[in-house]
Amino acid sequence: MAFSNSQATTFNDKVVRQFAIMTVVWGVVGMLVGVIIAAQLTWPELNLGISFLSYGRLRPLHTNAVIFAFGGCALFATSYYVVQRTCQVRLFSDKLAAFTFWGWQLVILSAALSLPLGFTAGKEYAELEWPIDILITLVWVVYAVVFFGTIGTRKVKHIYVANWFFGAMIIAVALLHLGNSAAIPAGALKSYSAYAGVQDAMMQWWYGHNAVGFFLTAGFLGMMYYFIPKQAGRPVYSYRLSIVHFWALIFTYMWAGPHHLHYTALPDWTQSLGMVFSLILLAPSWGGMINGIMTLSGAWHKLRDDPILRFLIVSLSFYGMSTFEGPMMSIKTVNALSHYTDWTVGHVHSGALGWVGLVTMGSMYYLIPRLFGQKQMYSVKAIEIHFYTATIGIVLYIAALWIAGVMQGLMWRSINADGTLTYTFVESVKASFPFYVLRLVGGLLYLSGMLIMLWNTIKTATSGRSVTVTIPAVTAHA
Amino acid sequence: MDILYLLVPLSVVLVFFIIGGIWWAIHKGQFDDIEQEGERILKD
Repeated sequence: MAFSNSQATTFNDKVVRQFAIMTVVWGVVGMLVGVIIAAQLTWPELNLGISFLSYGRLRPLHTNAVIFAFGGCALFATSYYVVQRTCQVRLFSDKLAAFTFWGWQLVILSAALSLPLGFTAGKEYAELEWPIDILITLVWVVYAVVFFGTIGTRKVKHIYVANWFFGAMIIAVALLHLGNSAAIPAGALKSYSAYAGVQDAMMQWWYGHNAVGFFLTAGFLGMMYYFIPKQAGRPVYSYRLSIVHFWALIFTYMWAGPHHLHYTALPDWTQSLGMVFSLILLAPSWGGMINGIMTLSGAWHKLRDDPILRFLIVSLSFYGMSTFEGPMMSIKTVNALSHYTDWTVGHVHSGALGWVGLVTMGSMYYLIPRLFGQKQMYSVKAIEIHFYTATIGIVLYIAALWIAGVMQGLMWRSINADGTLTYTFVESVKASFPFYVLRLVGGLLYLSGMLIMLWNTIKTATSGRSVTVTIPAVTAHA
Repeated sequence: MDILYLLVPLSVVLVFFIIGGIWWAIHKGQFDDIEQEGERILKD
């Protein structure tokens, strides 16, 4: 094809470099906003009475920044890197790849402006208004063209398993975004959802759960399947299992959404079906986790002196933990206690900080020095410090919210002999105070780790230079 | 629950894509010599 890059002799690492740097930058921003709103939950006066600093506006800014800015840039960076390396070909189109970078940054910037100003579609994790939604669609379609175009021009016959995970993520996210964001515009920055009532709720959580399943799980599993073997210098424990993991995971994820709507107006049978599929999900999730961790089988000593590997392996233990906790919380009797409490918030963060955050940081620590022609990061000691601050931060965060959540659930359901409630709601808020302080401390630790990473990244980038890597001579199976 | 008339067909369509994907992968010989594929990425 005349306009494709299949004859090029070098990789396109420029776009990977751009996305990698922005991953670190947006990570700091998103986590900083998280710390600010954690402080606001502890001391509500911290919104200073200013509308655009109020919790209701900063909270979607936090979630959008960490999921779509930090997580999104990480997915772009790693998928572009991995697909070129494993297919031994340059990205399908340099111009289109550059468009995805600038387009995605524009989406993030629009979110950072419109959300604090109060423009919102009111759907969790899909708050952005319709003009931004259209831009997201455009960028995403171009992303799909670049990614699948690269697969189509590959020089290696076999498509490595990580690419299957990235590819599934791209297709599923496109479908979810189009389905859930359907809306009738009522002005330049105002729209109404195309669905109403419980229909809208079901659509929202079909989207919401699969955004977790595909954006925050499948994509990051793609990272895991490339960067753990590379960093460990060993092939994945069982390649066969990784294939089974992939197909089993994508078959089952799509049906688990109703567990977000237990004990609502959603029909009972739909809730129970969602619960059953959530329980089934435990099997592929743990299959993948074990596969990743067992890659180190016979080389456990590498964990002792390689902090990057520690990031990657500990991320998998958090993945295992939250994919056990999730199905458990989807059981209706457990959910009766956990729903609407801070236990849910803790669960999300054990997945987000523990799994998504750590696997991203580990992958970036592998990637960044290579993108700047260095053997390793400027300071390996700083990676080590980052690892411990982040891990301790996560443990503090989720332990505090486990206690707070279970306590809230028990207080809310406690009933006196005469049938009246034992506690008023505000009593449960008051009782949560010490745990909110503890959560804030955990968040601060996690953020400080990210600041160390930013410093280390700047040092690595400025002491190195942007290198152009030649595509190695094609091996067998071409 | 009219929304299920949209969500179930959408998800079923996706499942058809998935089945198509796995069928393609098997018949194109993607999984013919599977364990050595894990080794290959370590070589570049």
